Amino acid sequence: MNPIILVVIFIVTSLVGYFIIKNVPSLLHTPLMSGMNALSGITILGAIAAVGLAFTAENNSHMILGQIIGGIAIMAATVNVVGGFGVTHRMLKMFDKKKKKI
Amino acid sequence: MSETLYYIFCVILSIAVLTGISLMSKVKTAVAGNLLSAFSILLGIVITLYYKEIFSVWTIFTFMLIGVLVGSALARGVKMIQMPQLVALLNGVGGLASTLIGVLSLLGIGIIVSRYRVFVNVTSVLAITVGLVTLFGSIVAAAKLHKLLPQKPVKWKNHSVILNTLLIIMIGVISTSVFLSDNSTILYIVLVLSIIVSSVFGYAFAIRVGGADMPITISLLNSLSGVAGAIAGMAVNDLLLVSVGGIVGASGLFLTQIMCKSMNRSLMDILLGKTSSVGSPKVVKNAVFVESVFEDLNETPENYATVEEQGELSYNETHENRDKSEILKIAKSVIIVPGYGMALAQAQHLVKQLADKMEVNGAEVKFAIHPVAGRMPGHMNVLLAEADVPYEKLFEMDDVNDTFSETDVVIVIGANDVINPAARDAKDTPIYGMPVLNVDKAREIFICNYDLQPGYAGVDNPLYNRTEGVYMLLGDAKESLNELLDRLN
Repeated sequence: MNPIILVVIFIVTSLVGYFIIKNVPSLLHTPLMSGMNALSGITILGAIAAVGLAFTAENNSHMILGQIIGGIAIMAATVNVVGGFGVTHRMLKMFDKKKKKI
Repeated sequence: MSETLYYIFCVILSIAVLTGISLMSKVKTAVAGNLLSAFSILLGIVITLYYKEIFSVWTIFTFMLIGVLVGSALARGVKMIQMPQLVALLNGVGGLASTLIGVLSLLGIGIIVSRYRVFVNVTSVLAITVGLVTLFGSIVAAAKLHKLLPQKPVKWKNHSVILNTLLIIMIGVISTSVFLSDNSTILYIVLVLSIIVSSVFGYAFAIRVGGADMPITISLLNSLSGVAGAIAGMAVNDLLLVSVGGIVGASGLFLTQIMCKSMNRSLMDILLGKTSSVGSPKVVKNAVFVESVFEDLNETPENYATVEEQGELSYNETHENRDKSEILKIAKSVIIVPGYGMALAQAQHLVKQLADKMEVNGAEVKFAIHPVAGRMPGHMNVLLAEADVPYEKLFEMDDVNDTFSETDVVIVIGANDVINPAARDAKDTPIYGMPVLNVDKAREIFICNYDLQPGYAGVDNPLYNRTEGVYMLLGDAKESLNELLDRLN
């Protein structure tokens, strides 16, 4: 894909994201932040692709190096995603349970 | 899977993520929003596996399983009080992932060779540097929040010079990456240089930030981890990485802006280490006090007060004892103002008990939350939610500030700078112009602070010297709250 398109996508999503996030009240800023944090683990897609392609590539000279570096990347990103969404869910449940009691 | 179909999926997933975030703006829908975002990422993984035809690669699933185990253990095991450091740490881990993707793409491992080699090189090096700054900055921030490193800002000789030099080298390295050819020696030199320089830079910039500036630092690191992901996405030509990374970057930047505004600081000042009172003896004293909170508990609050104030304080004993209990019992409108001291003493459950008891006595109890109270955006809200305080009772500063003048009793728990009226009129102080809670407008004020030291900003609080309507309860917040609870019985 053309680099210019990628940069444009980056700018557009940043702007859209900025305006959507403006509506989040400060009450929910911590869950918002940890949710965003979990989303930054989207890098897992890049890591998966790299590990997979290094594995299946015909020229296998970088096989081991690809698995090590990419493997750490996958683990790091998964921890980021699972940990992030997990704590966000826990926190939001805490806010929400009060709703039912009232 | 055809390319067109893949891009259509990418657009759908980006929209799903954005919808998830917009659902996060209301408590009722927030859980669903979070699940939608999580589900989008899961779907993204499946689509990537299909599109790249790598479903058969077993190593991927092994690595992911390890990540899932570690991640879920972290998410389940963490205490609410440890939330700031966990968020910081997870930011760092995200940065690490971006860095490694940058490394792979720079070395040409596991990527489809791009026609735009220069673009790939530059974005790879950028992903490595931004990711590592995030990683090391986050580790330092988490260590400070976990009290493994001192809370006070650590300032080296020529700190700014060192940072600027590192920054210039970093820019130089990134510029060099324009001229890289595959597998050349320069490529490896650039790789190693960018790793070293950005790691040191991340460490050096975070070590200089003090505890009270943490909300800003964490938001900024959050933003950086998103930006790093987006840049890594550019390097490996992945649409979803770019779009979601952009969203995260923007959200972090937005939070950073709010935090800066509520602290009356400019982002540049914090990055350049111009924190309002770095190096002044007051901050150092304050930092020592934070660390020693739990050690000094044996000392009675009264003793502590007399030692500290040395007669400076003009409120007198008779006044202090004048029917505190009576005031608390007949109060009809109450506002509770929590601060970092509440988090430090883990007193949120006692605060809830106090609020319940006063409500039984017929009072209307509200909580006033300053945007930068605590160590991360929304810190107080999370702690109070943990203690089962209904979120309808938590009020933002702008919504509650006008009601202080009609309030019978304000109870401050471990907050200082955010209630300091000096911010409104003491022009020469660092907090001048910072929006504060108008606690001083209320009829009676109970302040449960550890001691009479000025807050982090190092500005004396005139409330402490007021004789009318201010009651100081010095010492650990838990003990002070127990005393208040006893008086209500």
